[in-house]
Amino acid sequence: MDYVIVGNSAAGIGAVEGIRSLDKAGRITLFSDEPYHTYSRPLISYYLFGKVTEDKMYYRPPDFYERLDVTARLGTRVNSLSTAEKELVLESGEKVGFERLLLATGGKPIVPPMPGRDLEGVFTFLKWDDVKALEKTLYPGVRTVVIGAGLIGLKATEALCHRGAEVAVVELANRVLSAILDEGAAGLVQESLAERGVRFFLENTVAEILGADGRVKGVRLQDGTELPCERLVIAIGVSPNTSLAQGTEVAVNRGILVDEFLATNVAGIFAAGDVAEGYDFLFRQRRVLPILPNAYKQGFSAGVNMAGGTESHRGGFAMNSIGFFDLPMITAGIVKPESSEFRELIHTDAAKRVYKKIVLREGKIVGFIALNAIDRAGILTGLMEKEIDVTPFQEHLLRENFGYLHFPKEYRQQELWKGVLKRERA
Amino acid sequence: MTLSLSTPDFLIERNRDRCINCRVCVRQCANEAHIWDEEEQRVKSDDALCVDCQRCVTLCPTHALTIRKYPLEFRENANWSANAIKAIYKQAESGGILLTGMGNDQPYPIFWDHLLLNASQVTNPSIDPLREPMELKTFLGRKPEKLMMRDGKLVEDMPPQLELEVPIMFSAMSYGSISLNAIKSLAAAAEKTGIMYNTGEGGLHKDLYKYGKNTIVQVASGRFGVHPQYLEAGAAIEIKIGQGAKPGIGGHLPGEKVGLEVSQTRMIPEGTDAISPAPHHDIYSIEDLRQLIYSLKEATQYRKPVGVKIAAVHNIAAIASGIARAGADIIAIDGFRGGTGAAPLRTRDNVGLPIELALAAVDSRLREEGIRNQVSLVIGGSIRNSADIVKAIALGADAVYIGTAALISLGCHLCQKCNTGKCNWGIATQNPQLVKRLNPEIGAERAANLISAWEHEIKELLGGMGINAIESLRGNRLMLRGIGLSDRELSILGVMAAGE
Amino acid sequence: MKRVYAREEFCAGCKLCEVHCAVAHSEYPDDIIKAFLKQKVKPTPRVLVEENQPISFALQCRHCDDAPCTKACISGAMQKDPLTGVVINDESRCVGCWTCILVCPFGAVQRDAGGHKVASKCDLCSTNGGLPVCVQNCPNDALVFTDELWGR
Repeated sequence: MDYVIVGNSAAGIGAVEGIRSLDKAGRITLFSDEPYHTYSRPLISYYLFGKVTEDKMYYRPPDFYERLDVTARLGTRVNSLSTAEKELVLESGEKVGFERLLLATGGKPIVPPMPGRDLEGVFTFLKWDDVKALEKTLYPGVRTVVIGAGLIGLKATEALCHRGAEVAVVELANRVLSAILDEGAAGLVQESLAERGVRFFLENTVAEILGADGRVKGVRLQDGTELPCERLVIAIGVSPNTSLAQGTEVAVNRGILVDEFLATNVAGIFAAGDVAEGYDFLFRQRRVLPILPNAYKQGFSAGVNMAGGTESHRGGFAMNSIGFFDLPMITAGIVKPESSEFRELIHTDAAKRVYKKIVLREGKIVGFIALNAIDRAGILTGLMEKEIDVTPFQEHLLRENFGYLHFPKEYRQQELWKGVLKRERA
Repeated sequence: MTLSLSTPDFLIERNRDRCINCRVCVRQCANEAHIWDEEEQRVKSDDALCVDCQRCVTLCPTHALTIRKYPLEFRENANWSANAIKAIYKQAESGGILLTGMGNDQPYPIFWDHLLLNASQVTNPSIDPLREPMELKTFLGRKPEKLMMRDGKLVEDMPPQLELEVPIMFSAMSYGSISLNAIKSLAAAAEKTGIMYNTGEGGLHKDLYKYGKNTIVQVASGRFGVHPQYLEAGAAIEIKIGQGAKPGIGGHLPGEKVGLEVSQTRMIPEGTDAISPAPHHDIYSIEDLRQLIYSLKEATQYRKPVGVKIAAVHNIAAIASGIARAGADIIAIDGFRGGTGAAPLRTRDNVGLPIELALAAVDSRLREEGIRNQVSLVIGGSIRNSADIVKAIALGADAVYIGTAALISLGCHLCQKCNTGKCNWGIATQNPQLVKRLNPEIGAERAANLISAWEHEIKELLGGMGINAIESLRGNRLMLRGIGLSDRELSILGVMAAGE
Repeated sequence: MKRVYAREEFCAGCKLCEVHCAVAHSEYPDDIIKAFLKQKVKPTPRVLVEENQPISFALQCRHCDDAPCTKACISGAMQKDPLTGVVINDESRCVGCWTCILVCPFGAVQRDAGGHKVASKCDLCSTNGGLPVCVQNCPNDALVFTDELWGR
């Protein structure tokens, strides 16, 4: 079997491991337009922060491709896909045939067509090269504007702050991290970053990037405010990098549409990761879920299915673990429900910057926020994934010591003795 | 009255160089003698609450703890000991009787320690139990007057017998006075070693029916938990008249120990006090006792031996003779050192007889009357080791009951606080948090190990005497000599003085 | 594979498992006193006793067959050993992003209080071989290390 994978990040690597879990012999060729051994995209902010050195950026050990017998064609861009010929055309014009193809091309930063975006000092924040370039130009006191207070924007902010930059964040929404936090939690996060000197301009956006001599000099916001700066980081968001599928038979919505087996509508072609649009079982619709755990899992399942196995990926939901300086948070699913079918349980301790919220629908957890109280939060994620009716123990959910102890004994034992439990234990 | 005159009994010594503040001691002390000081971030102790059960000492991972007798001394006074003074302080504060647990701890003579065993030299060969068979099997129950055989078979049917691999049984301890895990430990150990345990007056928990062939079911003055299946479940039935720790006193299980399972097992409402009257209200004479014995035999179709347990009191020999004549198959006698889950202190420490003297007196009396074969004698109340057992058998016992020793094998440290229900070893408690500290698998192994160890030692001692069957030692007082005893004591014990 | 299971009906709640686990994973694995008193930061246990008496039991990484932490790990530090099945966190690669905490349905991954800012979890004492120290030191045999079927 001839497998071709386009993409060298979590989904692509997941697919390699998925294929090799069944097929030790098939030929795997992997393309990446970046020249690097597989590295972890989420680590780029840690790299900029200085927490991770170059040698720790890699997602898998140096002998990974060799050990799994993968022909890794790094720094090689794939230009187009022909579904009829079952082949890819590389930038060089070379044609590469495949029997099974995985499109794991990830996302690309959204850069609005605002004037001045080509000025020197304007950066995006997605790839290793982005931060390598940015890092070289940093100096203490450098004034930096970050557009976007989402996950990427704030991670960039944290790192820049740590590197001595003076950071201002501009965000269109009424709060930071609007995708994963509600107002209550977002306020606490903003407060803690503000204490580090970060300035926030919410419900605002950059109307124009100001420059002189081809270099960025500042930004003018929608409301007319002008912020002088030497660096600008555009972190508005990421959109699925569907270019290879565009204009082919492969069905694309926002992302490449996939079924529960990560297959596209074209036989033999699969998609996974940030480029794919799979099922979100909390929102009960197809959504792009651009997060690493989802990418790896989809990639792995896709790999298994490409190799002839059947691994159904019943869908995922958004989940994030993120932190800024000493303020960690874990969130998942629907955190700010808009309809009455949801119930919210909230515990807050503003002095300790603790905020916990659990969102319930039909007795099941469909989302939560755990700000500065993240220990054992995965238990909640597990209950969401297994769609457990938590009604019998819901009064304990917000407790500091919430754990298996609060589960009904039978369920607890079934989970903790999984695999070796003969029957119900006394 | 705000000022208590009571001072601590024990001193908790914590070696600060070794204490790692892991708080294991805090979590393990049900008396709350160890306290975590959140502000100081370290463990401290309150000596006044310590009962010297040594749970903390045993579990401390760095051996940072030791417990001493509290060094505070009263002015020396041969008459007014510290205990005597402290007891008065307590009673002056409470106005109540003093309660305690376990057996008499006063320095009365221990006759076992004044008896020496014989051994073979030259004129008869000793036996090596590792090379030659050695028989400890014991049958308890009435034995026929004589054995008549025809065609190789007994003419008369043998009365029902209780068969023991070793002449040791676990004495009566009720579910309520001790935990279910403690009973499960003993029951499983009895099964493993081929001996018996005794339900006490606690009924038979549903989980214990499977140990029936190793169970003696007790019928006592409260009749708790007695019903037809209960009587059928055991291998023998024992009527309890008295107990060595508190002769003449009934039992009282406070309502807080009567949880759901205890209540179901005892067949009484949850949370109510379980009071066993001092006497059986239907037994005021030997004739009355005979009626109960035969009622129980009738109820079980004469298939099970019925025994009677009494405390050793002054006219024990005559009482035992009466019991034998009332039709009992086994008489169990409990000496004044026998343990208890709760007893008035003054009763425990001042009433009854040493079991050694009681045993000798009863065995002699039954022999004299020619009715020794009609009953088996089981004695208890201070058996501490295998040598005590060998001496007891030579004095005339058929088997012994061990209670305190059995509990020690499970972890009991003899702190004598059984009555408080706060047993840190999970034995004398119904608090589920404490009960689970005793894993019955471990308990069973430890108790069974004790029985096996003593079995080996008994065989060694028998072999040394040139005896290869325990039956040959039974009542063989020639194997005993007294040391440091008066002529009167020697004559009651029926043994010669050492050197004779 | 053999895993550690807790028989909650015998857990005495002493937390000696936590104590010995912390020592075994400290700078002084053979000296409990030094581990606690000499080491600058208090060692972190990788087993957690959940407790609300009379219920208590120890809980540690279940070393799931389909371990979500290994799939979610952003740095590749969390890996399941294909031979032994043990899930191990390579602390030199861990960046403390806590994604493993997000996905572990048992709540068995903890933040190392030792200031390393890395995820800390049970390694089944696989580096010293033999019985995990929590099992070895459980005073009531409430912890068992087994791969056999249990129960009546």
